[in-house]
Amino acid sequence: MIEALSAPVPAEAGSPRRQIAPERSRRRWAGLLVLLALVALTLLLSIAFGAKPLSPAQVWHGLWQPAGTEGDIIIRSLRVPRTALALVAGAALGVAGALMQGHTRNPIADPVLLGISAGAGMCVVGSVFLLGITSLYGYVWFGFAGALGASVLVFLVGTAARGGAAPVTLALAGAAAHALFTALTAGMVIFDRQALDTYRFWTVGSVSGRPLELTWQILPFIALGLALAAANAPGLNALSLGEDVARALGVRVGATRAVGMAAITLLTGTAVAACGPIGFVGLVATHVARYFTGPDYRWILVYAGLLGASLTTAADTLGRLVARPGELQVGIMLALIGAPVFIHLVRRRKPVRL
Amino acid sequence: MSPRKRQDPMDAVPDAARAARVRLRAEGLTLAYDGTPVVHALDLDIEDGTVTAIIGPNGCGKSTLLRAFGRLLKPAGGQVLLDGRPVHRLPTREVAGLVGMLPQSPVAPEGLCVADLVARGRHPHQTWYRRWSREDEAAVERALRATGTLDLAERTLDELSGGQRQRAWIAMALAQETELLLLDEPTNHLDLAHQMEVLDLVLDLHRDTGRTVVLVLHDLSLAARYADRLVAMKDGRIAACGTPAEVLTEKLLREVFGLRAVVRHEERTGAPLVIPLSRHEAPRPAPARDAATDAAPPLGDPV
Amino acid sequence: MGESGTGAGMSAAVETGTAGRRAERGPGRGPVPGRTPLRAGPVSAVWRPRAVLVPLVLALLLAAAIVVNTARGTSALPLGEVAEVLLGGGEDRSRIVVMRLRLPRSLVGALVGAALGLAGAVIQGIARNPLASPDILGVTTGAGVGAVTVIVMGGAYGSVSGPLADVGIPAAAVAGALLTAVVIYLLAVRRGLNGYRVLLVGVGVNAVLASVLSWLLIKADIVDAGRALIWLNGSLNGAGWDTVRPVGWALAVLLPVALVLSFPFGALVFDEDTARGLGVRMTGARAALLLTAVLLTATATAAAGPIAFVALACPQIALRLARTGHPPLLASALTGAAVTVWADVLARTAFPDIQLPVGILTAALGAPYLLFLIVRSGKARTS
Repeated sequence: MIEALSAPVPAEAGSPRRQIAPERSRRRWAGLLVLLALVALTLLLSIAFGAKPLSPAQVWHGLWQPAGTEGDIIIRSLRVPRTALALVAGAALGVAGALMQGHTRNPIADPVLLGISAGAGMCVVGSVFLLGITSLYGYVWFGFAGALGASVLVFLVGTAARGGAAPVTLALAGAAAHALFTALTAGMVIFDRQALDTYRFWTVGSVSGRPLELTWQILPFIALGLALAAANAPGLNALSLGEDVARALGVRVGATRAVGMAAITLLTGTAVAACGPIGFVGLVATHVARYFTGPDYRWILVYAGLLGASLTTAADTLGRLVARPGELQVGIMLALIGAPVFIHLVRRRKPVRL
Repeated sequence: MSPRKRQDPMDAVPDAARAARVRLRAEGLTLAYDGTPVVHALDLDIEDGTVTAIIGPNGCGKSTLLRAFGRLLKPAGGQVLLDGRPVHRLPTREVAGLVGMLPQSPVAPEGLCVADLVARGRHPHQTWYRRWSREDEAAVERALRATGTLDLAERTLDELSGGQRQRAWIAMALAQETELLLLDEPTNHLDLAHQMEVLDLVLDLHRDTGRTVVLVLHDLSLAARYADRLVAMKDGRIAACGTPAEVLTEKLLREVFGLRAVVRHEERTGAPLVIPLSRHEAPRPAPARDAATDAAPPLGDPV
Repeated sequence: MGESGTGAGMSAAVETGTAGRRAERGPGRGPVPGRTPLRAGPVSAVWRPRAVLVPLVLALLLAAAIVVNTARGTSALPLGEVAEVLLGGGEDRSRIVVMRLRLPRSLVGALVGAALGLAGAVIQGIARNPLASPDILGVTTGAGVGAVTVIVMGGAYGSVSGPLADVGIPAAAVAGALLTAVVIYLLAVRRGLNGYRVLLVGVGVNAVLASVLSWLLIKADIVDAGRALIWLNGSLNGAGWDTVRPVGWALAVLLPVALVLSFPFGALVFDEDTARGLGVRMTGARAALLLTAVLLTATATAAAGPIAFVALACPQIALRLARTGHPPLLASALTGAAVTVWADVLARTAFPDIQLPVGILTAALGAPYLLFLIVRSGKARTS
């Protein structure tokens, strides 16, 4: 029986892994280091540059020996909080995008394009304006509910067809969900000037003007989401071979999907509740990540998180520089950066297969 | 000669002795998609250590049956027994350690290399903390060697020819190291040489390791050449079951496939060869419909 | 036994079957089942009873909607009175209320709905996809960006008013829609137009435009932002005769154009190679039809703002009613008109105190319908 095959392999024969993958494995670890450096760099740039030019000495001073000067206040109460939020939310959105692409096996999956951010947004806006909830701990749950509802909707649509929906079907389902939720949101705020004023600044997607406490508040949710995402990676790898193969390999497909959905809900819902709908981070980060790592979700998720963090921070920094003394919100910057990537993806002669 | 399993002389053997020889069995199995039954109250034993080929016309429920054996489809009635236990009550992971299954035309993400694909076959043997043990490594290497894909290990699937790609997928199923292997049309979309290549590989595996293999095949002559037992299905029921010579008769081909054919026997191996007849080379001009109502007109004598 | 029906046996059966049916049907019905000819001199067509009945019923529904919607208002008029006025009779007082004040609203709704339904039918025919529509392609968002730019920029010294509002907003909306369509076309064309690629590029362009819109909204004064948001959700409030006229003219010109250009539609529903084999010049025909659809969308959006999902859902409803192979143009236009006016009736009945933009209601009704369509088409492919 099996014994014939499982004869001990001579040690000198070497493993296939050792034969085939040392090069790529080293490259993946090296890439990880480069990414960490990138995150650190964007972090520094985000603190150093902004609407008001500050000298490196002033920045240093503000960070380590704050004395209440104007520069110190800018650094400590404006730039550090928004940088922290951009990093955390960006990582969350990057990982959420990778999970969504993996579960739908669809190269254009992204929380905003699929209407999940809009769903979370509708519930957050509703809880703030209709129920009068003002604290993050109050309305973040509504964000989860909205993200969950929208992602269940999109997943139902995305898995209705065998082997996953075609990109176009999913994109259209997302567009429909997005249109539905934004119309309902608009209906809630349209006649209330106060609500409208808050809503319009929230709906562009921005990390500015949030206190540092907010980042601390969302951190537990994001951490839980990231942990679930990490647990989801092996199952996702098997699922990328199709549900039948995954099941034949002993993956509990329903459970894997449920964990993935929970992670997506946590990550997207939290990020949207904190920053408003920021699009294209997940899309771009995941594609860049996949380009470097190949189709292994254990690596893609890590890369996408780091790339999402640095991309969001860099876009936020850039948005402050291009429109001085005002700024372009990070949501707009990312749409301007991300849409060309998206259009490039759909223009490819052979569509990306996940 | 009666090919029905039920009337097989094996029925005389006591149940305990049979259980040792049959690990996978369908009992009164009814399978349905969205309430539409595809397989009706079907009984089938897969004998251990054999290569069984399931044949039948398109839509007869072959692949559906195989999916049920692989626990991919929940029965609407009856059950699939694995070692005497209903397979749908067993945990997914446990089944995956016993039965390997390769569905029809599986799809892989772009840029996946052969070694990674095969390594994913180790999933049922891995845990969240033990992701790449020595056994995993050894099993993947054996699977790559057995399928002759070791040299292709670093190539991505997209770069491979159809036959190479199919061998890589089989290697993935092999790396699972299960004693039962279910293959759904492993020769799909392959030219004849590559079909032979894949089936030779299956036969090697069977001979070298005594694996039990169940495969769905479309080419009847190839099925007869490579399988120990044939199961012919029609409209979700078993029309015949037995050795290739028992099953592949002109009468059965007409009844199951609606195909007028001559069955010859290959000189060296004695395996039946199916030679289909075109409407234009009919021995007599009568329409086929009338021929079918006749009681098995002699279209050609078996050698 | 008897199952061995080979090709010969089957076709023989079919032939005898048709022959029998032909004999029953008698002369004058034509030799091809299901395609009864309708000939008068050089003109010939295929007689489809539904092609006449469905538009008739839809027109009746539309008329009913207009009457009901016109009757509603601060002082409700009896339905009979409204109908009388519309047919040319009635008292002077009700005449003034109906003709001057209330009818334009319903007429704009009907015309805009018709234009959107028609545009949707054309685009769905070209894309061979029931999910395509100008809203999803981003054409309406493009119109929105144009209009909101005028509302916001023109409103720097107070709200837009006068000629800038009357001419500037519609003109900017049309310009925005056309520009968006050109951009999508240029990005999507690559050795001919592929329906799916057009759609996906449209989704991408739409996303960018949506974020530009939200940026414009935060640049604006809060009063302008409120106005812009109402406009963006498609509203019939304050529609007068000066809105009716341009839309009416546009529809009067573009509807016949669409009908004539749509002749190749029967062939357009096939894939590119098949259609070319049937002798349809694909890229040219598609481009001309797309332009018509964009102009229709632009005019409608300029008049009432983007009314969501009418262009998407109505052709599908019409398709199911008329049971044709592709969205029927005339029936789609009528469905669009009836749905829009009935939605307005509903919005005014359900929320009498606030002037709820009709587009919010059509979105709330249309989006679930679209999602249902997607799921169902997915299921159909599975089985």
